Order: sequence, then structure tokens, then C-alpha cells
Amino acid sequence: MGMTMIEKILARNAGLDEVSVGQTVVCDVDMTVMIDLQFATGWVQPLKINDPAKVAVIMDHAVPAPSVSDAAGGTRARTFARDFAIEKFYDVGQHGICHQVIAENGLARPGEVLACTDSHTCAGGAYNTAARGLGPAEVYSILCTGKTWFQVAPTIRYEFTGTKPAGVSGKDIFLYIAGTYGDATNHNLEFGGPGLASIPMNDRRTIATQGAEISADYSTFPIDDLARDFLTARGAHPGSYRAADPDPDAHYAAVRTVDLDALVPHVARPGTVSRNSFPITAIEQRPVNQCFIGSCANGQLEDLAIAAAIVRGRKVAPGVRLLVTPASQAVYREAMRAGYLQDLTDAGAVVTNSTCGACFGYHMGLLGPGEVCLTSSTRNFTGRMGSPDAEIYMASPATVAASALTGHVTDPRTLDPQQELN
Amino acid sequence: MDTIVTERVWVVGDSVTTDAMYPAFAMKLPVPQAARHIFYELRPGWTDDVRPGDIVVAGRNFGLGSSRPVAALFRELGVAALVAEEFNSLFLRNAINHGLPALTVPGVTAAFADGDTMRLDFAEGWIENTASGARLEGGALPPLVLEILAAGGILPKLAREGYVPMPTKA
Ligand code: SF4
Repeated sequence: MGMTMIEKILARNAGLDEVSVGQTVVCDVDMTVMIDLQFATGWVQPLKINDPAKVAVIMDHAVPAPSVSDAAGGTRARTFARDFAIEKFYDVGQHGICHQVIAENGLARPGEVLACTDSHTCAGGAYNTAARGLGPAEVYSILCTGKTWFQVAPTIRYEFTGTKPAGVSGKDIFLYIAGTYGDATNHNLEFGGPGLASIPMNDRRTIATQGAEISADYSTFPIDDLARDFLTARGAHPGSYRAADPDPDAHYAAVRTVDLDALVPHVARPGTVSRNSFPITAIEQRPVNQCFIGSCANGQLEDLAIAAAIVRGRKVAPGVRLLVTPASQAVYREAMRAGYLQDLTDAGAVVTNSTCGACFGYHMGLLGPGEVCLTSSTRNFTGRMGSPDAEIYMASPATVAASALTGHVTDPRTLDPQQELN
Repeated sequence: MDTIVTERVWVVGDSVTTDAMYPAFAMKLPVPQAARHIFYELRPGWTDDVRPGDIVVAGRNFGLGSSRPVAALFRELGVAALVAEEFNSLFLRNAINHGLPALTVPGVTAAFADGDTMRLDFAEGWIENTASGARLEGGALPPLVLEILAAGGILPKLAREGYVPMPTKA
């Protein structure tokens, strides 16, 4: 029987000709990525590890250390990287949110299996990688043994048709899917179709990343010309990898078509994205206290470019805080070179160090009781970004930037008809 | 391995997130203190009432969210098992890897209320309400998973295999 993308990759890495839904398989893991938090609590330095060349350590969630325990974790991470000669060690200065660092260094490769401690590891699916988050204990085990087990879940396929309109981004596509179809618990997502060519790589990664919010196991994209060029520019050359395309007779739990031509900006109401995301025209014009552009999903260079273009020459509304967190130090430097950070700060935004920080309410930019936030990050759970009595709406960087200027949830397409958006 | 547990249950609803069980501010605390914040918003004071051996029952999509090791907190409080209509797969794996049995049983939230006593066998995959006698079947856990549970979690297993110094903190 034919296999989906993810079934093919798992079969290959399990040394099997075929796998099917429900089967438990033991796979070789090609890349294991550890994050700073793993070293902060309960870390025991292993006696031996499988292969240092297949390991990366990325400082991201709590850098520079906001607490003594995080600082001590940093020391343990450095000791580990030194003792085991981990070359792919992204310490403070080369740091960034792990999924961004994985992407910009070509660590997620087509047809391979990548494991990482963080739940948004499905981001790597944008590059045709079987990537998922596995929790600290299991990642530790993979570090030691180089293997782990997976149970093959059924796959839902999304077929894109038409062309992504200007002013609509990957975030809007994802929110449309989450709002319309709800959770995909214990399912994989697979994307493709003729409309895919109009969705740039940054938007694909936003979509893949947010698979976690609808509880998907994996969310994978095929390798087309756009993806091939992206990977080549990051040192993953065609010929060095084997992409996985689905078989024509692959079996899916559902196949759903998304007509890109018809899409408009979407917003999720507080609490969850699942069946709680709506076209922006249906959303109440709530005044907002804080607007946030950042995270592994939407702190990419393209996101900052869009936000900068919207706020250029204008001012953030009085009483609104606009926080912008570039997803990595590399994005930060590029955005600085391109003038985006200047535009943003001139308009009144605060540009922060590249870290997870505000996205998970751990350090900086927390919300107080009764506040309303509009975020382009990944999660709008109650209490996620600070007080459980704050409300978190979610939208694209364009919508967040436009709303920061007006002080309430605003459709970026209505801001200035002359303005060109990507 | 003894795979049968008989204990008092606590029932929570659908889509309980990891942020609701292990809030970001608790991530700055050592595990014993962090464990005092499970369900801090959902059921304030619950951690004072829960006893070692209790079972937590949940609805659909239990544990949606991040990879933070919530299971370590449940273990700290002595929770003996998790049973849900449906688990987020990352959360399920985390539970098993910390040696906490997690069983998927459709219909469980209708069959149990707070304070009921449940008898469950996670190897055979069934549960029973000792008062009403209602018995429900879930999926049996695969042998690979039972092996990890029998070892008390993945770290003790690695210690036994010589990857980590003994004794370890699970
Ligand atoms: S940016 Fe947010 S969602 Fe992404 S890895 Fe960091 S904490 Fe998680």
C-alpha cells in the first residue's frame, strides 16, 4: 500500500519497507537538539552518548539567564558541550529560538528524523523532516542511544489551490485551518497541492510550527524548487538528502482543500486557536494593551520586514506597548542591517534580545491582570504570557503591527490601501 | 510488575493544557515546589487534597501544549496513573518516560466522578468503577512502553544500561 510523507520517513529510519497506521516502530534519529531548559532542572551529565556529530545544543528559552538556576543550567550546558566536543553549540551570542536556529543552519534535512526537547519541533516539517517535540527525558534517552520509538498516526492532508493573496500570511492560513477543522490530536498533517508554490518558506514554517497548537504529531511539507533553494543556501545540498514524497495511492484520514484565493486575515480569540479563530471582519475591535511580534513561528526576518513596512513613518498608539523579538541573533543582525529595527523603534516599538522570553511568560514582557494582548506568537492559552486574568488574541505580524498603530484589533488591509504587503 | 492500581480519582475536563499544570512561573522552582502549582487556576487548592496513589482522569486532548515535564510533578505528588478520553501524544510520552502509567479509555469521564474509586490494569488496558461496577476497555500499552514503565521511567532504564551514573533522579 502507498505511504504518506511521514510514513515513508519513519519506515526508512526504522529499516522497514513499509509501515502502516497504528504500528510502533523504532527509528534511528538523525539529529538530536537540546535546549537550555533541559540543563536547568534535573540534568545529570551522561557517561557516554551516541554520536556528538548528531547533537546540537541551543540556548534559547532563558537567555541571557534571567535567574540563578538558569545561569547554573547554562554552565552545565557549556560543560556538556565541552566534555563531549559538541560542535553545534549555539551559545549566547550565536543563540536564537531553537526552531529558527535549526532552520538557518540546515539541521532539519529532508527525509530525516529530528528530535528536540521543545514542543514546536514540528517546525522542521517545513523542510520535509520528520521532526517532533519529545520532552526532556526522551531527548536525553535519544542523546544516549540514538534511537526512539514512534507509533504511526493517521495523516490528514491539506491541498492548497489558488494563490496566497497579498496581506495574508502563513499565520492566517494556519488560523483558518485551526478555526475551521479544530484539533488534529494523534494525527499527522501533510501539506501540498498546486497553491503551495505561492506560499514562501517563512510562511510554511509558521504553518508547520503551529501544528502543535492543534495537537498534531508531525506537520510536513514536500520539497519543491523554493524549498530546495532555501536548503541549498543553508548548506543542505540536493544529492546529500533524500526527500520523501507521498505515494499517489497513500491513504489519508482526510483530504481537505484550502482555496488560498478566498483567504482573509484571521484572528484567534483568547484561550485556544482550535475552532476559536475567525476572519478578522468578525472580530470585536478590542482595545489592546500589548502587541507582540516574535516567537519561533513569527519572529522571522520576513515577519519583521512586514511589521517594519507597516509602522514605518508612523507611531504606536498611546497606551500600547509593541514588543518585537527577532527569532535569532542572525535575524536580529539582518533586520538591523536592513533598517527594520530602526523603523520599528522609531515608531515606538521595543526590540528585544532573541529569546523565547515573552512568548511563554517566563521572562520579560509579561501581562498584568485585566490586560489584553494581541500576539503573533504560538499560544494564546490562559496564563501563557503572564497573568491568568489577561486575555491573549492571536494574529499575523501584519495584523499585530497594524493594531499597534490604532490601539485596537485592526485589519492590516484597511490601514493604507497604497501600502504593499507581502 | 504489578500493573493493577485501585485508587480514588479526580476528574478534570477537556483540553487541559500543560500551561495549566506547569505554569511558566513554576518552571523557576525546584520540582517539589513546582508540584504545588498543578491546576493552580483550574482547581485552586487541589494539591493540598490529592493523596499518594490517586488517579487523575481527564477528557479529550489531555496535555495539549508544551514539552515541560508535567509528569515529574504528578509523580512528586504521588499520582499513580493518568486516564483520559484522549491524550496529546507528547504528553502521553512524557508520562511514560517518567514512569507514570497513562491509559486512553473512551467514556471514562462519564463513568467517573470526583472521589470514586477506580481499579485499573494498564497492561491489559481496562478500568472499573468499584462502586457502579462499570467496566471500560482502553487500548493495552505496547510491550515497549510497558518495559519503560517497569523500569520506573526512561532515566532508571538508561542508568541500568550504563549511560548515566546510578542512582538517578527520574
Ligand atoms: S518561541 Fe515560544 S513556542 Fe517557540 S520555542 Fe520558544 S517558548 Fe516555545
